[in-house]
Amino acid sequence: MAYGPHTPDDRARMLEALGIATVDELFADIPEALRASPLRLPDPEPEIELAARLERLAGRNRVGLASFLGAGVYRHFTPPLVDQILLRGEWYTAYTPYQPEVSQGTLQSIYEFESLLGELLDMDVVSASHYDGAAAAAEAALMTCRATRRERVLVSRGVHRHYRETVRTYFAGGELDLEEIPLVADGPDAGTTDLAALERLLAESDRPVAGVIAAQPNLLGLLEPMQAIGELARGAGALFVSVVEPVSLGVLAPPGAYGADIAAGEGQPLGIAPQYGGPSLGLLASTDALVRQIPGRLVGMTADLEGKRAFVMTLRAREQDIRREKAASNICTNQALMALAASIYLASVGPHGLRDVAALGAARAAELELALAAAGAPRLHDGPYLNEFAVRVPDAAAVHRRLLDRGVLAGLVLSELEPDDPGLADALLVCATEVTTPEEIALFAWALADELSAAGSTGAAGPATAGVADDATVAAGAGEGEQ
Amino acid sequence: MVPTDLRYTKDHEWIRVEGDEATVGITAYAADSLGDIVFVELPDAGRTLEQSASFGVVESVKAVSDLYAPVSGEVVALNEELGSRPEVVNSDPYGAGWMVRIRVADPAQLDELLDAAAYETLTAEG
Repeated sequence: MAYGPHTPDDRARMLEALGIATVDELFADIPEALRASPLRLPDPEPEIELAARLERLAGRNRVGLASFLGAGVYRHFTPPLVDQILLRGEWYTAYTPYQPEVSQGTLQSIYEFESLLGELLDMDVVSASHYDGAAAAAEAALMTCRATRRERVLVSRGVHRHYRETVRTYFAGGELDLEEIPLVADGPDAGTTDLAALERLLAESDRPVAGVIAAQPNLLGLLEPMQAIGELARGAGALFVSVVEPVSLGVLAPPGAYGADIAAGEGQPLGIAPQYGGPSLGLLASTDALVRQIPGRLVGMTADLEGKRAFVMTLRAREQDIRREKAASNICTNQALMALAASIYLASVGPHGLRDVAALGAARAAELELALAAAGAPRLHDGPYLNEFAVRVPDAAAVHRRLLDRGVLAGLVLSELEPDDPGLADALLVCATEVTTPEEIALFAWALADELSAAGSTGAAGPATAGVADDATVAAGAGEGEQ
Repeated sequence: MVPTDLRYTKDHEWIRVEGDEATVGITAYAADSLGDIVFVELPDAGRTLEQSASFGVVESVKAVSDLYAPVSGEVVALNEELGSRPEVVNSDPYGAGWMVRIRVADPAQLDELLDAAAYETLTAEG
């Protein structure tokens, strides 16, 4: 579709019809203090000098680090095919005209995305993408409230903190309550959702629960008892929301297989580079029973009057152009290019390729676990994981900083993400994927062992092993206090 | 002609009073204007409706509209058949296409509604 911008003449006629002189008058109702202040930009620079300055700035980026950082955004090999197809200019707007069927190509791309994700998630209905995984999780939480006409949602602390905060933001100012389900503090299930606590929260009969949200794998990389969480939710008449990492579904059971009513997740691992700040891709899917509650556009395939294959806007009954202030959500057009990247990625690697990607990441992570344990950083939890796990490292923040100087991005300092959880005080969250090499693992282990032994020999507290034991005691004591 | 034994709202719902209960649906004018109806969302039995407040949604191939309660009252029954056959709202809006039956809370509210003649005038004006 060609895009025709307004001409100055168009604008003048519109202003005249409105009976105003300038566009600014349209904003007269917004108090001056609340308006965007004028941008204070530096003076223009010659292009050559500007390019040189930007190159100097870019030179400060640390590239070539051995990275073990995941925590919600993951490095994967992206076939060059993905970016090559994304370069086509036809994709650069996802807007469809009022009669969307005119844009068959755009509809086909949405249809293919929804079909591929429907298969991967084993869910009936997939929405045409959201801003990111956190926004998708928040939309899922709102869906549970609309569908059950209840106002209380339970979210496991195993769901990424940023997701929990986003749901809280969506709930702010309304009637809706969000409560957190604690994680098991110690024992074989440590780090996974506390089922007994969930049962207690669900049993408060005067405050019925709309939805229960848990993540698979969870924030700490651990595998959650999703079947059991779902059964507890269902038993209390609540809907079950599963937050998933899509590449893991190459080897893990999909949300549909364990009875999730809604699946949400971050689509970035599907062929989208881990760009700082995004763009990323929110995935949202549901059962047929919730099809009228799912925000966004659903595209279907049919045949036209001449029997030719045609793509149609099957359902967008809850979007703003139809429902105005009662719309279920914001739009899906923003992330359409990212959704397309995910579709191309999935079509390129195929189901077997995706399984290989997930399995190789898990194998590398197992190697990483052994190497780090030998270096003096054992796992923090006992339960199964896929390709990400927490290790105990005394003075984790300082060690992380020093490893960066040695070319190793040693994952995430968990106390920076979860400062109020004493059990995570001395811990790094580390991750491996198919792009992690044995050499990188060896470098990480060697540098970590060196740092830990240096800390052990110079520290006043004595050998590193004693420090580890002290920390374990502190963590266990704090965990009991939380019960 | 619209049925003369019914009362009507400006939002194109009809109500048929039978004792202290009443049946509610949408008018033929509304159903025709919406076009082919593909989905009707109704409240659960037991829910209390407030006069003029939205109690459900009717969705056609070209629009989605709210349903507004003609009078206040508790839902005692809903037309389950519309779940699988929403098109009967088009084919028989005053009969098989009924939506909910409510226990009328305040019969005086019925007096605020339009009679058949007034509703005909309203729709004739477009």
